[in-house]
Amino acid sequence: MSWNWEFALKVFPEIFNVIWLVIGITFGAYAVALVFGLILTFARRSSFKPLSWTVYGFIEFIRSTPPLVQLFFVYFALPLIGISLNKYVAGILTLGIHYSTYVSEVYRSGIDSIEKGQWEAAKALNFTKSQTWSKVILPQAIPPVIPMLGNYLIVLFKETPLLMAIGVVEFLQKAFLIGADHFKYLEPLTIVGLLFLLLSYPSALLINRLEKWSNQAYGKGSR
Amino acid sequence: MTKNPVQNQPLVKYEKVSKKFDNLEVLKGLDLEINQGERVALIGPSGSGKTTIIRMLMTLEEPTSGVIKVDGNPLWHKEVNGKLVPADENHLRKIRGDIGMVFQQFNLFPHMTILRNVTEAQVHVKGTPNDEAEKRAITMLEKVGLGEKIDAYPLQLSGGQQQRVAIARAVVMQPKIMLFDEVTSALDPELVGEVLEVIKEIAKESDMAMILVTHEMDFARDVADRIVFLHGGLIEEQGSPKEILENPQSPRLQSFLKRFLSTT
Repeated sequence: MSWNWEFALKVFPEIFNVIWLVIGITFGAYAVALVFGLILTFARRSSFKPLSWTVYGFIEFIRSTPPLVQLFFVYFALPLIGISLNKYVAGILTLGIHYSTYVSEVYRSGIDSIEKGQWEAAKALNFTKSQTWSKVILPQAIPPVIPMLGNYLIVLFKETPLLMAIGVVEFLQKAFLIGADHFKYLEPLTIVGLLFLLLSYPSALLINRLEKWSNQAYGKGSR
Repeated sequence: MTKNPVQNQPLVKYEKVSKKFDNLEVLKGLDLEINQGERVALIGPSGSGKTTIIRMLMTLEEPTSGVIKVDGNPLWHKEVNGKLVPADENHLRKIRGDIGMVFQQFNLFPHMTILRNVTEAQVHVKGTPNDEAEKRAITMLEKVGLGEKIDAYPLQLSGGQQQRVAIARAVVMQPKIMLFDEVTSALDPELVGEVLEVIKEIAKESDMAMILVTHEMDFARDVADRIVFLHGGLIEEQGSPKEILENPQSPRLQSFLKRFLSTT
């Protein structure tokens, strides 16, 4: 068994075409993670204890069970209680919610790094609670954690092959289907690896840039 | 929420106000009145409760017991059927609008330019149109000597400049009473003067009441109508600057001043 360039070039476009689906799923799930993660963060901070404890339990539960199990549960078990989702929605929601628990931890660290004096100054100027969040706290808490949030985007992207377990034809599944058709797995699987590298690496560089930018924002270190 | 502001009614009234942090009793039944437009300096050793007094008025700390009234209205309580019940955030917000504060650590918003720092609350809290708010902010910043710096960010300024911005940010909201919490304690000695000058200037030009927690005795003498000396969570002695600084009665105040004048 040796590398066949002709075969590789022939199947490359077929695998590459899946890219839009993979990117769509990644960003869809990421959007769910960013929004739901923020909701978890606020709920966790609630002074209404039953809510904050419930959310704490939920976060710990999601984080300590494998996403593959969650995926099977959502796609195969939920329909038994009347909740049927198509495989794309199930995949996006499951990955999104799984990562929202990590993202909410990132938000929390950003918020905790804001000095008490900022909250007090906002209060002294008589901002409402929601103005304090939207104008004072979040604009300071989010930029420093953008690199960490970006890392989760890449990690999430690399988790998309999990969705083959519920029949989504993403990169890996596509490669397997091609491999099974021709009894050749080397070329399609290599191409899949290459595509992940080609997409992940530039994103990582971009995140690096963002990190530098957020370290210099607002005149930091330029007195 | 100023209901029937009675003439000659004190602007702020503390009635038997106590504050406990865990087991530490910082204030032990304080009675204190501040009149409209009056400037009161709070002095005393650290731990005497002076900062707590103004933090409770700014609604940053809740009193353990007692009542604080602003313009005759209880701050931390609401009257329901003649009974005082704990106030909600809406009630606190209504009264808080009359109060402004400058902090020891400046607490400027580092992600906003100097101009935005002084404009933001005018626009979003008071509803002032943006261009008018900017005009007022620039006038105010010029007054504190920072008209050139409106596009800078707080971290690009010296501590003294930041504190002057913080003063402008609070004063531009036109509170009835301004609270100053050891506003020069975090500054390098050579920057203290410029900040105190700005406060004196504002005191001269406006008729706001002020409560100043300070360790600067000369400043207290210049600005204050009355000096209150606190010790162990109670008022030990109070009077005009002349009375307090030149003719202290209680032994504690005498030794406090002696220590102070010998170290400064």
